[in-house]
Amino acid sequence: MKENKVGRMIPDVYAEKYGVFVDQFDRKPTYKRASADVTAVLPGESKLRDSIKDVIIESGLKDGMTVSFHHHFREGDAVLNMVMAEIAKLGIKNLTLASSSIANVHEPIIEHIRNGVITNITSSGLRDKVGAAISSGILENPVVIRSHGGRARAIEMGDIEIDVAFLGAPSSDDYGNANGSHGKATCGALGYARVDAEFAKKVVIITDNLVPYPNTPISIPQNHVDYVVVVDSIGDPNGIAKGATRFTSNPKELLIAEYASKVITESPYFKNGFSFQAGSGGSALAVARFLKDEMIAKEVKAGFALGGLTGHMCQMLEEGLIDTIIDTQSFDRGAIESIKNNEKHYEISASMYANPGNKGAAVNKLDVVVLSALEVDTNFNVNVMTGSDGVIRGASGGHCDTAAGAKLSIILSPIVRGRIPTIVDNVNTIITPGQSIDVVVTEVGIAINPLRQDLIEAFKNLNIPQFTIEELRDKAYSIVGTPEPIKYGEKVVALIEYRDGSIIDVVNNVQRND
Amino acid sequence: MERLRRTMMFLPASNPGMLRDANLYGADSIMFDLEDSVSLKEKDSSRFLVYQAVKTFDYGDTEIIVRINDLAQGGRDDIHAMVRAGIDVIRLPKTESAEDVHAVEAVILEAETQCGREIGSTKIFTAIEGPLGVLNAYSIATSSQRIIGMAIGAEDYVTSMKTRRYPERASEEIFFARSMIVHAARAAGIAAVDTVFSDVNDPETLERETEFIKQLGFDGKSVINPRQIPIVNKVFRPSDKEIKNAMDVIAAINEAEARGSGVIALNGKMIDKPIVERAERVLMLARAAGIDVDGKGK
Repeated sequence: MKENKVGRMIPDVYAEKYGVFVDQFDRKPTYKRASADVTAVLPGESKLRDSIKDVIIESGLKDGMTVSFHHHFREGDAVLNMVMAEIAKLGIKNLTLASSSIANVHEPIIEHIRNGVITNITSSGLRDKVGAAISSGILENPVVIRSHGGRARAIEMGDIEIDVAFLGAPSSDDYGNANGSHGKATCGALGYARVDAEFAKKVVIITDNLVPYPNTPISIPQNHVDYVVVVDSIGDPNGIAKGATRFTSNPKELLIAEYASKVITESPYFKNGFSFQAGSGGSALAVARFLKDEMIAKEVKAGFALGGLTGHMCQMLEEGLIDTIIDTQSFDRGAIESIKNNEKHYEISASMYANPGNKGAAVNKLDVVVLSALEVDTNFNVNVMTGSDGVIRGASGGHCDTAAGAKLSIILSPIVRGRIPTIVDNVNTIITPGQSIDVVVTEVGIAINPLRQDLIEAFKNLNIPQFTIEELRDKAYSIVGTPEPIKYGEKVVALIEYRDGSIIDVVNNVQRND
Repeated sequence: MERLRRTMMFLPASNPGMLRDANLYGADSIMFDLEDSVSLKEKDSSRFLVYQAVKTFDYGDTEIIVRINDLAQGGRDDIHAMVRAGIDVIRLPKTESAEDVHAVEAVILEAETQCGREIGSTKIFTAIEGPLGVLNAYSIATSSQRIIGMAIGAEDYVTSMKTRRYPERASEEIFFARSMIVHAARAAGIAAVDTVFSDVNDPETLERETEFIKQLGFDGKSVINPRQIPIVNKVFRPSDKEIKNAMDVIAAINEAEARGSGVIALNGKMIDKPIVERAERVLMLARAAGIDVDGKGK
């Protein structure tokens, strides 16, 4: 076992293979970008194939290879299940599943794991039943959890070698020019898929909306695509994009959002041309709303917003409060319409978004990011992956990427959820190291990371109750008591990669009490 | 010093999460309701929840009030539990006469005696919710030394009056009741708190109604959702001009005291007791609104 710099014990086998986490900017690699095999397509040759089965066979997919998918279709995705079912029928085994994330809708992969079709997984997140199954130890090898930027880095550096990428596209032409903004099942940006398309050995576009050549705008260009398959449906539009992400009416979330907004507007970063990212959760969305009011009142305009984007942010673009949006992932109908119609709403790849190994990711230019947490500990480490029972049910996402990149990283969290404290001595799983987190905002007040003495000075007169993180923990524990440690087993079920590829934490199997 | 009661937030006592978070939203007073908002089968558990909450959580300076049930329907048990928990104020449901107050007062005294709490430390807030109570408002307001305030509960009142609420017509139907209650309260030297405005999604009418009850002389308004608190508090925020004037009045008093002069004047006008009281209240309201009137910084 080797202890890393955030105090987590990493088994030697993984410590040697990946290295252990040292510091958020410890690694500054120089590397050759991975290059994929290319098979030329000559004039007159068609990329269209009749079925998913045909394309799997023609792609040369074999036992032991790696397949990838993207998660822009969220809970409406039909592509991953459709393709994996065909792969299983063909008797292909021992695959590595390298999906950018895995949703509840992907529950059928549990069966593929049991049957030996999937023996390795790397992903950003695992939800609900899939997460619970992994936590119970059904997969022989640990899942490798990567952030969005970390995944792009791993692909570019060759840590993940994708043999076949199956990329659902809301519209495509017969040569594979694809986008997410047109069609019947639109998802907006295709930021994660763009990385797969660029680096996978074989790229398959799966669409339910074949349009005449050339299909524009081009998110995934034809020169990265080997095959195109047309299916009846790539997914359920209702699960892919909500009509509009809703503002919360929960008074506690609103209070947290109001405090967070004050933290932003009273910070040294709130000035013309500032940049920010806020998620799609209730509180984060409310922060954007409060922020908007303050921007109007103080006549401050943002230079750019980065996302994960919602329609509300796009509305701010329309109103001239934000100059430009750069987007890897669109969360709702409003954002999808915006990316289609507004040239200042620009789609970027996950690598440009957050890859820490490339020549400069967009997160490096962020002033402020607003993030959520399942748990925060007294070292400001954040867990967004495992629940209070130790079971995997979250996603790393862009959490550690944006927290490292932004000048001001704000965590929104109530001090307890139900009967569970969220401010704790030690988080179950570290996704983002405390050194990346600047301010924790709760409904009772805020805690500023002591590493940020400049912010402590800047917020001296901030009209919000201020506490140390230990005081917030004590408040949480005084309400619900000190949590009992979780009983973990011996088996490592997930490796948590920091964005630079080092191991920041591991997740062990959870022992059931019943 | 007199306590501000700009907002009195109603919370059902059956909800543990709400009990825990009650004082976060900036209400001057919190009223845990054991009566109408709690179903019959949850009465006992809610009483226990409030008891534990009051003993466990630190509500800071927020005034904690508990609305009890009718004495014949669990109110006695409510009082005993709340007095033991150390609650600030017991609120009576539908007070019709001075006798109603006396009956509750007797149980409070019994409870204070039994648990060794200082006699008289538990205060009473009355609520007028029917025409008889409106007509008896002054005798109710003056019926006990424990009474610190009187509220109007308009929903029951309008039903008894065979009418309904007409917020779109400035709630003229409760104008008489409001006037009686604010007069009774002022005459008795206690607080007057207005009724709830039940549409949480109509901040404009809430603001208009609050401006009106402020004009009538009420101390504040009952609210049913934290989102209503900033709206009501904003109405009660004194204007910059009022604050400046109040600061000048207090400065003039301090200066006169320093000079040993009994005659206090400001801009050629005499400052008398009501002007001083008004100035002090304006400054209290300004402090509560987060305005630095004492030169201490934020």
